[in-house]
Amino acid sequence: MNRIDKKFRELREKNKKAFIAFIMAGDPSLGVTKKLIFELSSKGADIIELGVPFSDPMADGPTIQKSSERGLKSKTTLASVFNLVRNARLQIQTPIVFLIYYNLVFHYGLEKFINTAVDSGVDGVVIPDLPPEESIELCKIAKKNRFSIIHLLAPTSSIDRIKKVAKASSGFIYYVSLTGTTGARKKLAEDIGAKLRAIKNITKIPVCVGFGISTPGQVKEIQKVSDGAIVGSAIIKIIENNIGKKDLVKKVGNFVKTLKGGG
Amino acid sequence: MLPDKFGKFGLFGGKFVPETLMMALEELEKEYKVAQKDTKFKKELDNLLEVYAGRPTPLYLARNISKKIGRKIYLKREDLLHTGAHKINNTLGQALLAVKMGKRRIIAETGAGQHGLATATSAALFGLTCDVYMGEEDIHRQSLNVFKMKLLGARVIPVYSGSKTLKDATSEAIRDWVTNVRNTYYIIGSAIGPHPYPMIVRDFQSVIGKETKKQFMKYEKRLPDYMVACVGGGSNAMGFFHPFFKTNVKLIGVEAAGLGLNTEKHGASLCKGSVGVLHGTKSYLLQDKFGQVKIAHSISAGLDYPGVGPEHSYYKDTKRAEYVSVTDKEALEGFKMLSEIEGIIPALEPSHAIYYAVKKLAPKISRNKIIVVCLSGRGDKDIDIIKNESH
Repeated sequence: MNRIDKKFRELREKNKKAFIAFIMAGDPSLGVTKKLIFELSSKGADIIELGVPFSDPMADGPTIQKSSERGLKSKTTLASVFNLVRNARLQIQTPIVFLIYYNLVFHYGLEKFINTAVDSGVDGVVIPDLPPEESIELCKIAKKNRFSIIHLLAPTSSIDRIKKVAKASSGFIYYVSLTGTTGARKKLAEDIGAKLRAIKNITKIPVCVGFGISTPGQVKEIQKVSDGAIVGSAIIKIIENNIGKKDLVKKVGNFVKTLKGGG
Repeated sequence: MLPDKFGKFGLFGGKFVPETLMMALEELEKEYKVAQKDTKFKKELDNLLEVYAGRPTPLYLARNISKKIGRKIYLKREDLLHTGAHKINNTLGQALLAVKMGKRRIIAETGAGQHGLATATSAALFGLTCDVYMGEEDIHRQSLNVFKMKLLGARVIPVYSGSKTLKDATSEAIRDWVTNVRNTYYIIGSAIGPHPYPMIVRDFQSVIGKETKKQFMKYEKRLPDYMVACVGGGSNAMGFFHPFFKTNVKLIGVEAAGLGLNTEKHGASLCKGSVGVLHGTKSYLLQDKFGQVKIAHSISAGLDYPGVGPEHSYYKDTKRAEYVSVTDKEALEGFKMLSEIEGIIPALEPSHAIYYAVKKLAPKISRNKIIVVCLSGRGDKDIDIIKNESH
């Protein structure tokens, strides 16, 4: 059983829901990212979603776009992110999944990507521009290696698509809470509960919800109707506002603690 | 007939998009299939192409250039169309689809502004709301087209991210579409993007090649030997080439070599790129050794794109077409040559094709061979750039 499945079993036994924190590797530097991984882990993030910077992040709003640009500016490469995880794995067992655009995976080579990921201690991957229709080969390789391919579902997904996505997914399913790009929103979409019930009727795989979640209250609300809440842009904002300051890591830690406290 | 049911042209194409858009693509594919069989749709589009856009466009034997080089060169005059380029063939078709699908808001990306202009025009015609994404850099380079789009009632939204050109305008248009997918139709301007777009754009642009075939047969009682078109995303070239796919006519796509293929500043994805995934499709792509997409360069905003339509990648790998490149400097020479000798001011994009046909291709082929060049647009929009270059 890989670390993600183990984590969800553990949460289920305790009757708890997952809190997943997103940060971008190399924003502002890989050194800080490493410290942030330890901080997120110690402040109770159940899973860490680690972004790999890409030149054209078409599913992301301005906050994560800028974060990605900072990551590229600090010369972050896929290989260096693998190394970072390999290093962090010596000290923590928190599941880590990548958020990465498909071109970086394709360019690295599918087989090599999964082998290196498993070898470095990465547990799964979210690829926002890779629907199940295009992920068949990657899923095959992943299955052999017990590596999770986390597909996305959206408010526009039909019952047929929910079935297709569920069949291709492992680890968990990433439900995109709204039609739009990543980024904090004042209000959650109203149809989340109904859509999640429809998904839950079809699959037993845990379903976590991301996009637009930024406050402890929203985390709590989402956790009530799903298996976990994912917060990205709101954390990135704290990083953005504290670049170059000594207490950046601590501030992110405190914020995550309040978010987590909501659950 | 390609693409296959997965939207693939051999290894290329496909649907690499966020899940949110998958339903919209499936819906579009379904509606397009219905429209293809709908004689009323076809009739309405054909009529608009004739009485509104100005089809058929002439196939002109460039008499002075032909005399000068001792070989016949024909020009397919897409530059004479309403709005000044081939782009209107596609936007009228897609706007008609949007109306059929009940979508009252149109979005588009634009580089040179020709596609934005054609989209704004079609939106005005059908009474649709229209937002056009355009890189800030291109807004400066193509201020005339920006002004025209605004006159037509469209909103031009500047894009400040990345290279501030077509690549980033496309990403931003996709972000808008992800957000407003339920009521918005995205008119992609080139034969790029996720399936079914490369197919739809190719089909609507194929009118160029079909007419060329008919006209050429009438004038020469045979098929041409060479067909030459410029390739950015590749919609004019694909529309020009596709009806000749099963013939022996030699097809040549001309990419932007910018400051030179050995520099970092060019737009030649087929000549110098490697296979990758950008904006929803797998195709040749300009990328660095890590898979980050490179910034393209060309003097012509319309060729300034690091990717290319997936069907061109298929034509390249199967050797159905040959892809070559022409530098900024050479394209300017082509521009001046056609203006001075033939009395036709071409856009900078097809100036690449003109230069290649006249200076590179003609001298190495025998005198009885005939070349047809797709003159995809006229040069009004480029006058400021030419002015600056001659200083």
